[in-house]
Amino acid sequence: MVAFTLPRNSKVTEGKTWPKPTGATNVTQYRIYRWDPEDDANPRVDTYTVDRDHCGPMVLDALLWIKNNIDPTLTFRRSCREGICGSCSMNIDGSNTLACTKAMDSIGDTIKIYPLPHMPVVKDLVPDLTNFYAQHAATKPWLQTVSPTPEKEWRQSHTDRAKLDGLYECILCACCSTSCPSYWWNSDKFMGPAALLQAQRWLVDSRDERTGERLDELEDPFRLYRCHTIMNCAKVCPKDLNPAKAIAEIKSAMVERRG
Amino acid sequence: MAGNGSSTGGPAVNGRAYPIEDHSYDVLVVGAGGAGLRAVVGCSEAGLRTACISKVFPTRSHTVAAQGGIAAALGNMGEDDWRWHMYDTVKGADWLGDQDAIEYMCRNAPAAVYELEHWGLPFSRREDDGRIYQRPFGGMTTHFGKGTAQRTCAAADRTGHAMLHTMYGQALRHNAEFYIEYFAIDLIMDENGRCRGVIAINMENGSIHRFRGNMTILATGGYGRAYFSCTSAHICTGDGNAMVLRAGLPLQDMEFVQFHPTGIYGAGCLISEGTRGEGAYLVNSEGERFMERYAPSAKDLASRDVVSRAMTIEIREGRGVGKKKDHIFLHLDHLDPAILHERLPGISESARIFANVDVTKEPIPVIPTVHYNMGGIATNYHGEVLTKKNGDADTIVPGLMALGEAACVSVHGANRLGSNSLIDLVVFGRAAAHRCAELIKAGEMQPDLPKDSADLALSRLDKFRNAKGDTPTAQIRAKMQNVMQSNCAVFRTGAVLEEGVKLIHAVHDTMPDVKVTDRSLIWNTDLIETLELDNLMSQAVVTMDSAFNRTESRGAHAREDYPTRDDENWMKHTLSWIEANGKVTLDYRPVHTYTMTNDISYIPPKERVY
Repeated sequence: MVAFTLPRNSKVTEGKTWPKPTGATNVTQYRIYRWDPEDDANPRVDTYTVDRDHCGPMVLDALLWIKNNIDPTLTFRRSCREGICGSCSMNIDGSNTLACTKAMDSIGDTIKIYPLPHMPVVKDLVPDLTNFYAQHAATKPWLQTVSPTPEKEWRQSHTDRAKLDGLYECILCACCSTSCPSYWWNSDKFMGPAALLQAQRWLVDSRDERTGERLDELEDPFRLYRCHTIMNCAKVCPKDLNPAKAIAEIKSAMVERRG
Repeated sequence: MAGNGSSTGGPAVNGRAYPIEDHSYDVLVVGAGGAGLRAVVGCSEAGLRTACISKVFPTRSHTVAAQGGIAAALGNMGEDDWRWHMYDTVKGADWLGDQDAIEYMCRNAPAAVYELEHWGLPFSRREDDGRIYQRPFGGMTTHFGKGTAQRTCAAADRTGHAMLHTMYGQALRHNAEFYIEYFAIDLIMDENGRCRGVIAINMENGSIHRFRGNMTILATGGYGRAYFSCTSAHICTGDGNAMVLRAGLPLQDMEFVQFHPTGIYGAGCLISEGTRGEGAYLVNSEGERFMERYAPSAKDLASRDVVSRAMTIEIREGRGVGKKKDHIFLHLDHLDPAILHERLPGISESARIFANVDVTKEPIPVIPTVHYNMGGIATNYHGEVLTKKNGDADTIVPGLMALGEAACVSVHGANRLGSNSLIDLVVFGRAAAHRCAELIKAGEMQPDLPKDSADLALSRLDKFRNAKGDTPTAQIRAKMQNVMQSNCAVFRTGAVLEEGVKLIHAVHDTMPDVKVTDRSLIWNTDLIETLELDNLMSQAVVTMDSAFNRTESRGAHAREDYPTRDDENWMKHTLSWIEANGKVTLDYRPVHTYTMTNDISYIPPKERVY
């Protein structure tokens, strides 16, 4: 047998079981990943009991309830609480999604929460998204034109505008990229589904005049072609977008321009 | 995200020294929402070295949640004129807006929208000619109140999202320097009353950063989280407003808090006014479209304060819907599903997730919900912060600007019209950048900072970091939110407000008893939430005190004991200062009763009917 030495903080231990709220009858149990970079301990999984009669219906409501009523040190990102800012993405019940739009009732009596997979953890449920953001920026997410800019708006037909639907709505929550096994292996070189969806959003924008250059940037064995159509991205997207389809369309645009 | 300064030992606070990293820029922008990003792009274009400090990644800012659209008199859907837009804004503001600023906004609005379009914003389009689609919105009319305008440019019902992502892209294009997940603690003011920069904590590692800038621009948003139920994000804690109060400067018109008519009952999530723009309507328990009674001409598209009051009266008089008869129904089920799919996909999704409603078949349960703060940091239309000194109510505070919901320019006066906030962000973000370009030379030497520049911020940080009281942050916050919700709501009376003043001051006085559990430095959200609570608290107090003081009804401030507008005594902005012990001082600024140019003359007050 080969003995592997895992990095110290990759071994998750059993954590603390926090006291049940007194008098609560309608409860859901939460098992939540905890890691504090300031102590020397391994990550652990803490157990909390949430009083459903005094808590909203979503997983984010439960996290806030725990933070407000049981353990103020529980750390996670959150902002809009309505599925548009993309802050509270995490791994819930084995799947990446937004805590604010995930109803507890859609899961079970015990809900397991971990940070987005395969990302460096800053603390508890807060991952480091620096590389993810850099990949988004690398797609040059702005309109590039060479024609003289009109005094008023660029015209765009109703049909051309419809081509942006399913692409521009991305909220950069990183659920897709961090659920992609290919991204787990090659996140340094493969741009990942979120950034490629963004790339396609500008490639198909009828107003953009740098389509060729944008495709050149992606013509690389890793950046685009590490997508192996595993489709986890489309499965988890909390906005019901389909990055895999966008990637397939980029690939076919590559083929088409070769003639 | 790299710094550019050397580390020096900070002053010892409570026996412990926080290391400080120093940075120097031409311009500092605090906040990365629509206004902040527009200022960042503008200042970068002008060649000014600009840093943007934000407590969240830019696309998480609350601008992202704006739905319905951005107002500009493009005239794509029929005749339009910026003067009509101005008239509507003045009337919507119930004549409390400064008309020079309103003129500046409305006449510059079309150019600002075209600019966003040129940056790539995916606006919805007209079928026939591919120009930007515009929808009707509350209070937006043609010919000075006679017709219905289609003035609100939209990207379906995700306009804020489309706009914020587009602007973030532009900021990237200009290689703007971001300090992301840095929480600004306090302003650095010098002995001459000039703002010299800001102190921030890097949440990732707890390090302290001292930013020196020739201009500091606060674009920190509103403080909706002072209330229990609001459409605002958790981050909407008005941090810039509170920093201004602590710097001994006033906030303006804080009593004017907008309730959006259609927050989802229970969840508080926003359902765009664009729904009513596209034909949705409100009904009571008798199935009556009651808005026809309250606003015979504009009906469901009256301005927000009017609709919210009408809904509240319906509920109060026993015509609410649901088990407790405590909310109202918003119907979209008569609209063409194809239109819903194209123009209102986002709220269809929100209604499904948060109200379990299929909008093609059932009505959405809604209730007026805190949405927007008309009040904020007093500025002129260049974005420069104003205070009242020696009787001069237009005294500029050098080195300090404010934008967006944090600011009170005042274009929204006593009540903001829907789709006027997004245009406010970009028009004044751009104006501030132009002003910076006029006032500041790139790379100009800046004098040394005062020796005590970090003291205020660090003592505050240290106090809360080691807070050993008995009441957890969440408990004090809940008390504050409940007092605001029950005593400073859609309708107000002297007695309820007087009680509210007592209660909110009492909650304020419990702050020394706050208990912070997390003692760490890395991503200590317990600490950050406590700093935010402290920020909310001072704003809640001045809001309540200002509301009790204003004995008239105007826009969003509806006093049942003073039901009419009183132009003789109250055509003036409230200024409010607060001391650390909670003592509030109120004073006034005259409303600007003049326009910016001779292209339009002052619109005199008249009765406000929709």
